[in-house]
Amino acid sequence: MNAVASTAPPITAPRSRARLWRLRQDVPRALYYSAAIAGFGTVVAIWWWLSHSGDVESAYLPTPAVVWVTAGELFRDEVLWGDLKISFFRVTSGFLLSAAIGVPLGIWMGSFKLVEAFMQPLTEFIRYVPVPALIPILMLLFDLGELSKIMLIFVGTFFQLVLMVADEIRRVPYDLLQVSYTLGARRGEAINLVLRRAAMPGIFDALRLCNGWAWTYLVVAELIAANEGLGYRVLKFYRFVQTPKIFVYLILLGAVGLLIDFAFRKFNQRLFHWADTTKR
Amino acid sequence: MKLEVRELEKTYAAKQGPTQALLPTSFEVGDAEFVSLVGPSGCGKSTTLYLIAGLDDPTGGEILLDGERVSGPGPERGMVFQNYTLFPWLTVEENAKFAFRLETNCDYTRTSSEVMSDIGRAYSLLDLMGLTKFYHSYPRELSGGMKQRVAIARALTAKPKVLLMDEPFGALDAQTREEMQEVLLLLSRHERITTLFVTHDVEEAIYLSTRILVFSGRPGRILREIHVPFGVDRPPEIKQSREFFDLKRELLGLLAHSRSPGLDRDELLRKLVART
Repeated sequence: MNAVASTAPPITAPRSRARLWRLRQDVPRALYYSAAIAGFGTVVAIWWWLSHSGDVESAYLPTPAVVWVTAGELFRDEVLWGDLKISFFRVTSGFLLSAAIGVPLGIWMGSFKLVEAFMQPLTEFIRYVPVPALIPILMLLFDLGELSKIMLIFVGTFFQLVLMVADEIRRVPYDLLQVSYTLGARRGEAINLVLRRAAMPGIFDALRLCNGWAWTYLVVAELIAANEGLGYRVLKFYRFVQTPKIFVYLILLGAVGLLIDFAFRKFNQRLFHWADTTKR
Repeated sequence: MKLEVRELEKTYAAKQGPTQALLPTSFEVGDAEFVSLVGPSGCGKSTTLYLIAGLDDPTGGEILLDGERVSGPGPERGMVFQNYTLFPWLTVEENAKFAFRLETNCDYTRTSSEVMSDIGRAYSLLDLMGLTKFYHSYPRELSGGMKQRVAIARALTAKPKVLLMDEPFGALDAQTREEMQEVLLLLSRHERITTLFVTHDVEEAIYLSTRILVFSGRPGRILREIHVPFGVDRPPEIKQSREFFDLKRELLGLLAHSRSPGLDRDELLRKLVART
């Protein structure tokens, strides 16, 4: 009997290595950031290896070193900063227009079933129309200037945003509405003091995602008779097979996106510190 | 204050046909009374409370508060829910003062000192609930018992004529529950709050109530009305008294009978044992 008892595994805390692989559990911060950097490092390593192996034409895949040198040249040039400025203007204008109309409309749609019935199927329908296919119509309606580009980014993000905001409103626990009624809240107060406030962190997160899409639609927008901008420049470099420059611009686009995303997240944590973040 | 419930009735439409949640039910609640509704789950006791709160529409009958017919929710019928319903973006004090932000509760004919005394009352309620140190805390930082105490304070600052409570301590552990019961007793004794309290805990019902309405299983109706013989002063020790025990046994007996005819557990258990 004693022998049996002694072979039973001792009850101890799980070993530290096993603890890193627990489902959805946190890992040390330093390790987290190291892994993030390692992710980028892996891609660069594969890139380096492919570009040096000789299997891929160097005109199509420049080495990291070449891209680094090209980046240095481009960043000293005014063209890149001009492209960045105009692209940022287009994305932000389209995004702000989306937000200014989409958020109130989404709140309205999430609050009233009748508004939902009137708008939701319509919105879902338009959402599935491919945005690039709208270019001719946008050109005809808004001419070839900045407005048509901004409108394309608007169209690309607006319908998604409305649906997401409405969903966030519907996700607010009904109990909160009921308790506000029993304290004397009227309909308008229930929307403004309860629904809108409770859904705000989620709406803010929807805006973050929406801003990301706005950047992805930038390249499509700059297909419309543009002569500057990050997306336009990439297409131009392509025409002249200037791959190192394409790489610099692509990395720049990614970096800008990452930065804005990060800013949104930090801002969200700051503004909505009361929210229970474990659920998100 | 007088709350009259007359022939109140609720039928829900369902796929399998209409389900009767509450058969025509009548009762009255007088000033400073503490009335508990007890019964098995699905007996319509919570439905009754939601109907009185105006959060659900009855299919028949009416509710009168001081002779006026009730329709829709209002601040004169405060409610404390079973789930935690604090507004998570507001601090404890902001939650407690939420009613003051609402148009309905703003009476512009009142003097500022009257308004100030109301605000002072909100803080006194929080203090009485032992929340003095937590004025500026957010709900996510509070324990379940604390959240419910804030919820009670919040409901009371709106000065309701009747306080409706739907199993407010159902999610709390036994010890916190007992503390909450004593706080509630203290409140109803000193503030003379009229309360309608839904619970499935018989002991809780006896300890707190002046009167208990026992509901039968679905479809719900009132099976029996019991007057609790204890006075306003109720030390926890009365739970050990003979009188308390007899009352508890009587109520448990009633509830056992009121359960809808169920399964033959003995037979099922025999089958389970045979297969193990």
